[in-house]
Amino acid sequence: MLDAKIPAGELKDKWQNYKANAKLINPANRRNYKIIVIGTGLSGASSAASLAELGFQVEVFTFHDSARRAHSVAAQGGVNAAKDYKNDSDSVWRMFYDTLKGGDFRSREANVYRLAECSMSLIDQAVAQGVPFAREYSGYLSNRSFGGVQVSRTFYARGQTGQQLLLGAYQSLMRQSAGKNLKLNTRHEMLDIITLNGEAKGVVVRNMDTGSISTHHCDALIIASGGYGKIYYLSTLAMNCNATAIWRAHRNGAFMASPSWTQFHPTSLPQLGSYQSKLTLMSESLRNDGRIWVPKSADEKRSPNEIPDEDRDYYLERRYPAFGNLAPRDISSRAAKERIDKGFGVGPMKNAVYLDFKDAIERDGKKTIQERYGNLFEMYRKITGLNAYEEPMMIAPAAHFSMGGLWVDYRLMTNLKGLFSLGESNFSDHGANRLGANSLLQACVDGYFISPSTVMDYLAEIKPMEKDEIHAWEKAAKRTKEKVGQRIDRLLAIKGNTTAEEFHKELGQMLYANCGLARNQKDMEFALGSLYSIQERFYKELLIPGDAAAINFELEKAIRVEDYLEMAILIVKDALQREESCGAHFREEHQTEDGEALRNDDDFRYVSAWEYKGDNRYELHKEHLSFDHVELKERSYK
Amino acid sequence: MELQLHIWRQAGPDKKGDFEEHYLDDLDEHMSVPEMMDHLNKKIIKSGGDPVAFESDCREGICGQCGFVINGHVHSPEKSTTTCQTHLRSFKNRQTLYLEPFRADSFPVKKDLVIDRSAFDRIVQAGGYIGVNTGQASEANTTLINHELAEDAFDSAACIGCGACVATCKNASAMLFTSAKINHLSMLPQGKPEASKRLENMVTQMDSEGFGSCTYTGACEVVCPQDISLKNITELNRKWLWEKIL
Repeated sequence: MLDAKIPAGELKDKWQNYKANAKLINPANRRNYKIIVIGTGLSGASSAASLAELGFQVEVFTFHDSARRAHSVAAQGGVNAAKDYKNDSDSVWRMFYDTLKGGDFRSREANVYRLAECSMSLIDQAVAQGVPFAREYSGYLSNRSFGGVQVSRTFYARGQTGQQLLLGAYQSLMRQSAGKNLKLNTRHEMLDIITLNGEAKGVVVRNMDTGSISTHHCDALIIASGGYGKIYYLSTLAMNCNATAIWRAHRNGAFMASPSWTQFHPTSLPQLGSYQSKLTLMSESLRNDGRIWVPKSADEKRSPNEIPDEDRDYYLERRYPAFGNLAPRDISSRAAKERIDKGFGVGPMKNAVYLDFKDAIERDGKKTIQERYGNLFEMYRKITGLNAYEEPMMIAPAAHFSMGGLWVDYRLMTNLKGLFSLGESNFSDHGANRLGANSLLQACVDGYFISPSTVMDYLAEIKPMEKDEIHAWEKAAKRTKEKVGQRIDRLLAIKGNTTAEEFHKELGQMLYANCGLARNQKDMEFALGSLYSIQERFYKELLIPGDAAAINFELEKAIRVEDYLEMAILIVKDALQREESCGAHFREEHQTEDGEALRNDDDFRYVSAWEYKGDNRYELHKEHLSFDHVELKERSYK
Repeated sequence: MELQLHIWRQAGPDKKGDFEEHYLDDLDEHMSVPEMMDHLNKKIIKSGGDPVAFESDCREGICGQCGFVINGHVHSPEKSTTTCQTHLRSFKNRQTLYLEPFRADSFPVKKDLVIDRSAFDRIVQAGGYIGVNTGQASEANTTLINHELAEDAFDSAACIGCGACVATCKNASAMLFTSAKINHLSMLPQGKPEASKRLENMVTQMDSEGFGSCTYTGACEVVCPQDISLKNITELNRKWLWEKIL
């Protein structure tokens, strides 16, 4: 049984107690400790900057050409905080409960409470950095609502909240980068972890411009490399999002938790053709004013504006009257899939539903709607060529956020000593389904407020590397570096006839069809067999042009797809093992009469954490989840 | 859909480059430009060639990674649009397209259509921040910022750091990029204490990176995918005049 090392005491006191008792390092001694951070998204940049401010030596690696490009930049809608500025009875407790319930009671009480508790400081920090959040005419901060809650606690900067928060973190990072404590390396990809006596003590990275491979020592390693939803190929993620850093950590002993829990976002743009490389998200905030519907008749031929209200099925409002169009993401996505699968989908491929602003424009005027969502309507026009002020948007679910990731304890440290994991790359706070606007929050809270305290607490337990250990470290580093070189040589030598992208596409389609929005045993067993054979073919038929000594995007892709292929097998195994439905994990065998997720708290009230055993074999470890402060209920939004 | 492509190929920063021709006859008008490049590269790879190096990440116009010059248009023939958000329906069937990297001395070509924009990071590093350490912030609503000011600050802050403004400028000036960041931070009350130092340090760094001077042609504003206004530059010059000259 895994121990998350949750501090003792009342729920509301745990984090304060932890901080009060966390070990410290004298400011003058901090510079003797070296911390490596992988990734410069919100959690990586904010953690690196905060640790450098404390006086630690920090070295940062990102595969981007600039720290500002990490995919946190694309988050649109907002960031949650329990400020209760709206006087709508919000509180830390309510936010904690909403998040825990939204995650279908598959996350840790203590972590979720801490997230809600730290949310307020994050808004203060971001405002101090100059993040231009939306304001009322009076000058006070403005809020809106997101799915799965009945209060307005979402702070936003038009439809570019992620960009603005990331720029705040990036600017803090660059400010430290100008000083003595932080070194930033762009265009460097982490390809392995150096371990010494079972502790993470460094990384092997590849310079993507020159191809040179180097080793770097550290006393603590932080992976903040984001999510892996791109494993489905078509997703809302950026082209370069990948699982390589966390997968390499996993292969070095770090457990992977609930890897099959991927959120499908309900308001993405639908796929239009086979050439498509990604799906673009339309912010959930649109559901504040947009109404979702499909025609009542599957044979409907009229254009949407010609269809009268009585022939429209506002299925979310019908099925979930209490939350309506703001039902949580897993439920909204599944409801859309249900309608589309039954033949009621709209659009040329009948794979979408309508998101209609007609009533909102009539009620509030076009100008107000334009102010709230102008850039999203504009984005919609650019991609589809259609005007959403005049006809409803067409939207569909798409792979989006990874609730799963590296298993971490309360300190956000993995079971591999010295290795921390922050933001989307860890599994922690969202349970089996993340609420909208909690992702930016978790990334920031992990980076700004939790890791500075917990990483120092860990470092205070160990000593900086001593001279007599250097020889052993160098040996381990050399061995790991050779392994990375051999891996690259092996892939380059295959010289088959299939590109990495083709394998990725095939893998993504297999996973989406059989282990996506809905899963069942039969389909997943079929997928497992197919994935083994794709993996086998990968090592026989992969084609990478060029060599490893210069810029080679195809080599970068191939390395990532190799890891994705291995991870996909674990994803299916994880989904097969969990014989219940919870949040985004919908097992068709386990549903209520009216098609809702049916949890099994007696047998599955635990986090699945998988240990890598080589050759597609894994051992399951369980972290039991205890709910001492809330009552486990069937999750209802009706 | 069919397109005739002339694509800039350059093996490295110090190598001589030239256009390479490709004809594609199986395109879909709803493809984005990078999707067309993926399609082309697949063909090149399968026929044993060297694929075109180009960058794009989010493919939704916000990360600032992508961008090339298409028939002389920086990013796109469409207004306020990045290369990744440009779809082939913006072109005519059988049109000839010339694809080139963003060109400026301060943005050296690394390979083909990939350029080095690290100069922008160094300008931000010189002072493009508010110097607040984690934990120092006071309650967010203690400083009121009226709606219009917050909106103006957002307009300047929306820059994605793509470098189109530099690529289109006949002087390769980085004034739009630099002034937008300076204005975003300095117009907000929390950014005022460092405003003077920020102005001086960022402008000095911009100059030392070799970017040219601004002669107000306004070409930058026209190609900016985020519609960053030329007013940012006049505002910066006004500040410079008051702070450094008068």
